[in-house]
Parts: sequence; C-alpha cells; structure tokens
Amino acid sequence: MQLWLIPILPFAGFVINGLFGRRFSKGLVNVFGIGSVVLAFAWVLKTIAGLGDLNSAYTEHYFTWIQSGAFTINCDFSVDRLTEVMLLVVTGIGSLIHIYSIGYMAHEHGPNHGGYYRFFAYLNLFMFFMLVLVLAANYLVLFVGWEGVGLCSYLLIGFYFTKKFATDAGNKAFIVNRIGDFGFSLAMFYIVKAFGTLDFSQVFSRAAGIPEGTLTLIGLLLMVGAAGKSAQIPLYVWLPDAMAGPTPVSALIHAATMVTAGVYMTARSWPIYTHAPMAMEVIAVIGIATAFFAATIGLAQNDIKKVFAYSTVSQLGYMFVGVGVGAFSTGIYHLVTHAFFKALLFLGSGAVIHALSGEQDLRNMGGLRSKIPWTFWTMACAWVAISGVPFTAGFYSKDAILLAAYRHAPWMYWLGTVTAGITAFYVSRAMFMTFFGKYRGHEHHIHESPPVMMLPLTILGLLSLGGGFLFEVPKFLSSVFPPVEEFEDLTLMLTSVGFGLAGIGLAILMYVAKPAMAESLAANIKGLYTLVYNKYFVDEVYDATVVKPLVGGSRLVLWRGIDVGVIDRLANGIGYGARDIGGVLRLFQSGNIRSYAAWVVFGSVLLIVALGLAAGGGR
Amino acid sequence: MDIVLFLIFGTIAVVAAINVVVQTHPISSAVSLIGVMGSLAVLYLLLGAEFIAAAQVIVYAGAVMVLFIFVIMLLNAGAEVKRGRSLVVQLLGAPLLIALLGLLAYFVERVFPQSVKVHFGGFTGGSAQAVGRALFTTYLLPFEVTSLLILIAILGAIVLGRKELD
Amino acid sequence: MTEVPISWFLALSAILFALGVAGFLFRRSIITVFMSIELMLNAVNLSFVTFSYQYKQVSGHLFTFFVMVVAAAEAAVGLAIILTVFKNRATLNIDDVDSMKN
Repeated sequence: MQLWLIPILPFAGFVINGLFGRRFSKGLVNVFGIGSVVLAFAWVLKTIAGLGDLNSAYTEHYFTWIQSGAFTINCDFSVDRLTEVMLLVVTGIGSLIHIYSIGYMAHEHGPNHGGYYRFFAYLNLFMFFMLVLVLAANYLVLFVGWEGVGLCSYLLIGFYFTKKFATDAGNKAFIVNRIGDFGFSLAMFYIVKAFGTLDFSQVFSRAAGIPEGTLTLIGLLLMVGAAGKSAQIPLYVWLPDAMAGPTPVSALIHAATMVTAGVYMTARSWPIYTHAPMAMEVIAVIGIATAFFAATIGLAQNDIKKVFAYSTVSQLGYMFVGVGVGAFSTGIYHLVTHAFFKALLFLGSGAVIHALSGEQDLRNMGGLRSKIPWTFWTMACAWVAISGVPFTAGFYSKDAILLAAYRHAPWMYWLGTVTAGITAFYVSRAMFMTFFGKYRGHEHHIHESPPVMMLPLTILGLLSLGGGFLFEVPKFLSSVFPPVEEFEDLTLMLTSVGFGLAGIGLAILMYVAKPAMAESLAANIKGLYTLVYNKYFVDEVYDATVVKPLVGGSRLVLWRGIDVGVIDRLANGIGYGARDIGGVLRLFQSGNIRSYAAWVVFGSVLLIVALGLAAGGGR
Repeated sequence: MDIVLFLIFGTIAVVAAINVVVQTHPISSAVSLIGVMGSLAVLYLLLGAEFIAAAQVIVYAGAVMVLFIFVIMLLNAGAEVKRGRSLVVQLLGAPLLIALLGLLAYFVERVFPQSVKVHFGGFTGGSAQAVGRALFTTYLLPFEVTSLLILIAILGAIVLGRKELD
Repeated sequence: MTEVPISWFLALSAILFALGVAGFLFRRSIITVFMSIELMLNAVNLSFVTFSYQYKQVSGHLFTFFVMVVAAAEAAVGLAIILTVFKNRATLNIDDVDSMKN
C-alpha cells in the first residue's frame, strides 16, 4: 500500500521549494507546492479504495527506531477507519486551501517573489507533519507529528516576521503549546511505565487490566496536551493571537487540521478513557466550559478573523464534549463538518479582506453583498451550517453531540444549546455587519476575488450544505469505537434548532432592522461589555501571574544570582586568583642578586634538614 | 707532628678566609685568598694528595688569582662603597649562616667515625701516576669534555672582552 | 696524638664554606663576591680530598681536579663578564645591577 508516500509527497514539496524555490517562477513553485498535496490526496483515495471495508487496522512497519532492552519503538504507520476519515479531511481540505493560496498569496512579490515559495514550503512541511501525526501507530511517532505541526504553526503565524505582533503571536503559540506538550510527554512516560510500550495496538489491548488510577492520570495528562494543541481552557490563549498569520494558515491549521489533532488523539485513545471515567468527565466539563466561554467572547469582537477564532475554540469545545461523554464518533463527526464550514468561513473572510485590500475591522465593512456576491453566497452556506439550520452539515453533527450530552448530563445539553444560540448570534452578527447595511469603509476598488480563490470556496460551500447526509461519519466509524445507543428525541432536537434560529433572529433585529440598538445595548451594560470585549482579561492575568514572575525570577535569580554571581565569579575568580598568586610570587623577583643568593642558601638549608631527617629516620 | 701542622695551617686558612670576607679593598681580599689556597695546599699534602696540592699551587694560586689581580688592577677597583640594600639579606642572612654552619657541624660529628685518623703517608694513592692512570682510563670522557669546556671558556672570554667594531 | 681525626678536616671545610657564603651574601663589590665563590669551591675541594683519604680511593682527587678546571674556566668567563658590566654600567656595585627587577 505504500502508506509512506502520503506524507513523503508533501515533504518532497517542502524540500524542493525550500531549497530551490527562490529561483523558481511562481508557476513552478505552484507545481511542486500544490501538486504534491493534490497527489497525496489522490494517493489517499487510492489507498482507501485499495483497503476496502477496513474492519481492523492495517499496519505497515518501516524500521525500528529505538531499541533499549525490552523497550522497542518502531516507526510504523497504521490505517483504520478513523485514520481514513482524518486523512481525507487533511489532504482534501489541505488541497483546497493550497489552491486558494495561489490567489491569496499572489501579491507576495519581490525580487524573488519574496515569501511566496517560503509560504508553500512551510505549508507543505505542515502537511507532512500532520499526516505523520494521523498515520502514526504509536504515541511517539504521533508526538513527532504533534511537535512538527507546532513548529510549522509557529513558522506560519510568524510568516510576516517583520511585524512584531506576528512574531510575538508565533512565540505565544509555540510556548503555550509547549506547556501542553509537557503534559503529553509526562503521559507518555506513564504509559511506558504502566504498559511497557507506546504502541497503540498493544496499549489499547491491555488497557483493561491496568488500575483505574493510573489510567486516569494518563488520561488527564493526555488532556493537558490536547488542551494545548486544541486550544481548550486554560491553554486556548494562543489561538486568537494566531490570526496574525495569513488567512489560509488560519483556515488550514487553526480551523481544520492542527487544532483537531487533540480531538483525534483523544478519540484514538478511547480504550484508555473508557476505563477512566473521571478523566472523561473532566474532558467533557472542560469542553462545554470552553465552548460557552469562548462563544461569549466572540460576541463582542470587532476583527472578523478574531470572531471566527473564538468560534473555533468554542466548536472545539463541542468536539471534546462529544468525546468526553463517550460518543467518540460524534466528536469526529463534528470535526469533519467543522472543517468544512470553518475553513470556508476563514477563506471567505480572506476573500473579503482581499477585496477590501487589507481591512479586517467589521465596523468598517458593510453592504458588500452587492459588490462581492459570490463570496457572500458561499459564506452564507457556512453561516447556516454553523448556526445549526436543519439539514446542513453542522446541524447533524452538533445535534448528535447535544443529544449524547443530554444522555450523559442534562445540564451539559442546556449549556450547549445556549452556546449554540450564542454561536448563531455572533456569526450572524459578523455576516450582517459585513454584507448588509451601508458600506462604512473607505475603499474604492472593491472587486471579487479571482476564480482560483472562488473555486475552493464553492466546493466548501457545497460540502457545508450537503456534507451532513453525504458522509454518515458515525455509522462509518461504528466499527472503530465502542457502541453507543442510538438516541433520537425530537423535542430536544427542535429545542436546539429553536435556540439557533433565535440567535439569528436577534442578530437580524440588532444589526439589520435597528442598527443603533447594538450600541445602546453595549453602553447600557458597559461593565460587562468591557469585560467580554477584553476577553475577560485572561491574557493580562496570565501575564501577571505566570509570565512576569517567570521572567523576573529568571532575570534576578537565575541570571544575576547564579550566572553572574556564582558561575562568572567562579570563572573570573580563578583568573583573579592566578593573577594574585602571580603578584605575590613577583615579589621574589627583586632584581637584587644578593637576595637571590640568600634564597638559595635558605633552600639548601631546608634540603640539608630534609636529607638529614630522611637519613636519620632510616638509621 | 701532623696535628701541629694541621692546626697551624688550618688557623692560617681560617684567618685568611675571614680576611677575604672582611677587607674592603679587593686587592687585600685577593691576596688573602692566595694565602688560603696556599694553606690548603699543605693540608692536601697531609692527606696524601700530592698531585692535587701541586695543581692547587700552580693553577689556582698561580694562574686564577693572578687573573683576578690583573682584572682588579685593570678596573682600578677601589674600596667598596656601601650602597644599596636588600631586606631579605638583612633579615635572613645571619640566621641562615648560623643554621648552615650548625647543621654541617652537627652532621659531620654524627656521621664520621672518630676512629679514622689522618697522618702523613696514610694514603699513597694520590701520586701523579695514580691520578693520571685514573684520568685516562675511568674518567676519560669527562677529561675530554673539560677540554671542550676550556675551549668554550676561552672563546667566551674573547668575545666578551673585545672592543666593538665600529 | 700525632694524628688528626678526620672530622676536623671536614669541620674546617664547613667553616671555610660558611665564610664563603657570608662573603657572597654581605659584600657589595662584584669582584669580592667572585672571590667568595672561589673560597667556597676550595672548601669543597678539601672535603673531596678528605673523603678520598677516608675510602682510600683516588676518585676524590679526580673530582677535585675537575672542580679546579671548571673553576678556572668559570673565573675566566666571569671576569670577562665583570669587565663588560663595568664597561656598560660604570659600577662595580652588585646592587646596582638590578634591571631584572619585577
């Protein structure tokens, strides 16, 4: 089956574009950059077709990576139905976004068209690592991909590296991710200690026999890693800042693929979690809390990309709820549909920004429906999908999660439904402020985006609308995950839909019918509004409690105290000591011959005494 | 008889040596040193070292000291002027000397048996024949090396003493 | 009683040596210092010959011979050096020759 080709094709694209892209024309960069991903997608299709009805995992072993006594780690790739779903999402959406980038990044020109080849090289590198992550057959190879996508995220967020806020955001993403990775590493150590191996098949088959306490600990630590990568409380702070990167990056990495790695990893580890119910409970609680929390922040944001960023955090929370209540396939289902409509929302906002030559503030948009109609209609598909309008893709997946949540704990259902309403509201708000009403900005040449950008938008629009009943993901994944009872309740379904429609309605009221209402409402609840608008000051709190003490401690204790005070003093002290000893010895060199003679006589007297003692002692 | 000789010439040697150290003018010191060497030559004879005694008088007293006197007269060296000082010598000098002398005396008394006595004729192996035989058989290499040494000394003295060519 | 205990010779040698050291330490004229050195060498010669008598071997005399040769060579070169120093510094005071100070 040659599974290794799937990640290697984008990696080859990275190498070629990275090393030689500087000298290529744009067309040649495109051939390698996009061609490699499209080829990978084609190979994925071929592999899936070749594997047929996969009921157990198909593994390919490549080489033994680590061999230490009884502990072995191999470089293996394995494919089961879950992997197939992920592969299709990653390569499919990845290809669409690569095609979109041709148009979006076309202006990155310079003597050697500047960052154009660099962008595609990094993007290809990201695809490589993501595919390694998805195909991995043990935790360590997964971790390689995990770290690699973190690296590419950093590189791509800080793509416009001459701008400080971009590089700061890249640093923030990487550092916060690192905290999560620390948890992941600890989890891996515990797995090795408890199971003696990191291989998925071996770990999962033995999970039943391990004490629940150990499994809970492992599960919680894995969750720390997932919280970092998938932007859950408390490690979500990097995702909104990551919008500093180019929009295709936000779409691919921070909506469709990288941030879902945490969900994927958690779903993959379901044998561990089903035997550690407390860990699952924690995951579900974190998920629903994040979903609600992020949705409220999204209400008040004015940057179009930030709105969708908080929306991503919120939707990821939904996925974790699905996984946390035991309905693993619903979490993955939402992952797939979210990839469709969230990528579309981001790409669409990229088209809007492109049309307005860089404007991102919602307050400066308006009335664009007539000027960029195609963008509007495709984004509208995503809008209805995320709002949970019946029969769209988002409706099916969100509904499945909410129902599963109700079975587990009704309060989660209610909180999730309220959040759905808020979600519908803020996305509608963004849509209305952008496309309806009067244009409030200054731009004169508002033009539709080129076809190369429109095509992916169209495809994603169709998928957002129809993807729900085209791809019956839970049924597809039923052989992978433990069986969940089929549950349908019309009342609950209608209630959640109702909340969603109410959200849209309220947005129509506030932003279309009576535009002034928004401002007056904001003025009336100024305190609360300020709190939400400033994202509950979480970043500031982190800065004060974690960052500043750490930096201050480093500076005072580690730098001044230890490095300068101890180590430097030690090193310099040796120098000073040598110099001082030399200074003392120098006094012998008086230049006076008689004193030299005196010292000689002194020495010879000592010698005589010594010899006498030696001989005397011998006698 | 031997002991009388020893006492007389030993005393002369010590007195002359003290004179060497004490006198201010170098010429007086040089002449006293010749006296020391002469007394030592007699003591060598007492110890049966005929060849060495002759060499002492001819080479040491006769050549080396004459050289000294030539140089003193060439430099027109006057009486010594007490100038300059060394703290080390002032502090350590006397104690060190006493220590040195004391130690040497102590070890001499302890190590050397009182039974061996010196009298003239007690050792007959110091004749020129014996010395010559030893010199040209056992000690041939040092002999040749010292001849080289003398050559180098001559060269050195010439180089150091000549006028700078303008 | 007409015989001299051998330790007396060695004591004499020690006294002469000590006197030589005293001259070396306390005198300031270069030439006098040199003569003190010769005095020390002579003292050592005496002790060599004494040991030769004690062990009834001629090797001690040979050592003395070589010491004399070396002393002669050293006197020649040393006096040449003194001449050079006098030419350059116009002084025979050993304390004035201290350009190696510090």
